[in-house]
Amino acid sequence: MTAPEAQPAPLRRRRDGALLGGVCAGLGPRMGIDPLILRVGFVVATVAGGIGIALYLACWILIPADPAPSDHRLARVLGRRESWQVAGGIVLLTLSALLLFRAWGIWLGDAVVWPLVLASGGGALIWRQSQRTSVVEAPARARAKPGGGAGRPRRLRLSRPSAGYVALGACLIVGAALVFLWLNGALVPDRDVTLAVLVVVVALGLLLAPWWLRLTRGLTEERAERIRTQERAEVAAHLHDSVLQTLALMQKRAGDPREVAALARRQERELRAWLNAGSRRERGASLAAALEAAVAEIEDAHGVPVDVVAVGDRPLDEHAQALLAATREAVLNAVKFAPDAAISVYAEVQGDRAEVFVRDRGPGFDLDAVPADRRGLRESVLGRMQRHGGRAEIHTRLGAGTEVELVMER
Amino acid sequence: MKEPRVVIVDDHALFRAGVRAELDGLVDVVGDAGSVGDAIARVLELEPDVVLLDVQMPDGGGAEVIRGVAPQRPAIRFLALSVSDAPDDVISIIRAGARGYVTKTISGPELADAVRRVAGGDAVFSPRLAGFVLDAFAGGPAPAAAPADPELDQLTAREREVLRHIARGYLYKEIALRLGISAKTVEAHVSAVLRKLQLSNRHELSRWAVQRGWVE
Repeated sequence: MTAPEAQPAPLRRRRDGALLGGVCAGLGPRMGIDPLILRVGFVVATVAGGIGIALYLACWILIPADPAPSDHRLARVLGRRESWQVAGGIVLLTLSALLLFRAWGIWLGDAVVWPLVLASGGGALIWRQSQRTSVVEAPARARAKPGGGAGRPRRLRLSRPSAGYVALGACLIVGAALVFLWLNGALVPDRDVTLAVLVVVVALGLLLAPWWLRLTRGLTEERAERIRTQERAEVAAHLHDSVLQTLALMQKRAGDPREVAALARRQERELRAWLNAGSRRERGASLAAALEAAVAEIEDAHGVPVDVVAVGDRPLDEHAQALLAATREAVLNAVKFAPDAAISVYAEVQGDRAEVFVRDRGPGFDLDAVPADRRGLRESVLGRMQRHGGRAEIHTRLGAGTEVELVMER
Repeated sequence: MKEPRVVIVDDHALFRAGVRAELDGLVDVVGDAGSVGDAIARVLELEPDVVLLDVQMPDGGGAEVIRGVAPQRPAIRFLALSVSDAPDDVISIIRAGARGYVTKTISGPELADAVRRVAGGDAVFSPRLAGFVLDAFAGGPAPAAAPADPELDQLTAREREVLRHIARGYLYKEIALRLGISAKTVEAHVSAVLRKLQLSNRHELSRWAVQRGWVE
């Protein structure tokens, strides 16, 4: 995982900007396409063979609606109407579609048409009730008796009139199935059972699909909620262990501004490391990471802020180790002789060339006046760099701060 | 010269109050705002010289404020002020149009100085931002994607040198002295880098997070 970018929003039918069901308004932004193009696509697919309608309906059913309050036209119209009116409308729509087919010369025959019309009415009733209950269902009602029928999710409860409508819808679908079988002569005992089984499966599908969809959707939401809760608990635990502890400590040490600053800075670094976990380089595996860790250690030990800027990186091999040790020494030196001044460390790796600059704005010193036996800078910085084929220069002047330049070219 | 007029935008009231107190007497703080919508309205109404802008706020953050204001008031300049040191945050606000980026730990006088420089039309780079830019422009021109403008996709040697000094913690004055050029020239180099940063479509600039993945 290298990309800590925000996850894309889950695919939802959008209420805002919706013309019909919000399918295009939801799909468009997700796919990076103007919803208008999608709409035109659906219309074209509809005119060229009717597949567009089927696709659109499938999307409507399968893509969950945005939970934001609905205010698009169709939903308003449907929401105001009684269930039986909606079902009647669907029946008439189905009938007119079939008549349209007849006008085009495609008449499917009475044996198909009437069961289809009946089943559409029953289906509409059931689907409508399942949508209703999802709106009506509220925590206050959660204590009602467990749902009865097989295949229903346990959280689902119907009000009395809803149950009536559902029963009526089921009757209509079963009736449609029976009528279909009867008209096709499949009820005669010695006929082929394949057709009968098929019809029963289709009828059951129509009856149970709404509950099944709601069940799976409910499970997904539940899982998402559980993950959210877990994450929240983790964040809370972390904040408690680190930030709150530090804040308490800072209140106790309020009299010592230097220590407070050091505490705040350490906490800041910890928090950043935690926030950036996963996107950061592995600790200790590279020069830049080791440099940051070493400087953090010095900051903690001495309570002096040191800023690190690293450009490029390389593996922590023997030469990089030497460079790191020399840098450490230079920073320690700066901390010792310029404790109240800003210290910055800049590291740059380009190909085989690695450079580190350690700069402080302290008092500076006269390089020639440093006694020859003072080991600090001379031995541990200059000597170390030379032994590993690098070089070190110290630029300093009284009153102008100090800069240690370390170069390693292999 | 008259002190620049400043509006502070940050969703933390405590922080706004702190910055106001620190800038008191150094520049002319004319107002503040705590949300993106509020900020756009206040800035359009007050017409300050510089807007101090928090990067991370609800409803789109500082970049959204720039997008809301800049088309109508192109003369208003933005200086990003943030606790975040994530490169994508920094780069994205600069590419949205901010003239500089400083971290919230900056001292009052330094901040006032940065505000004055931004008000004067210069760019303000923190050492860390300079490091990010060097990182992004490292390794010559972008190889695969055909660069629309090679001039925009590379830093000149001089610009690189100036940025490296900024990353090392030098002030513009000191850089000018060290490189033997005038402070104005240093500022011109930094402004040129800012322009490249905003206009170049180098791969690294848009896909920063991936670039920082550093496999090898």
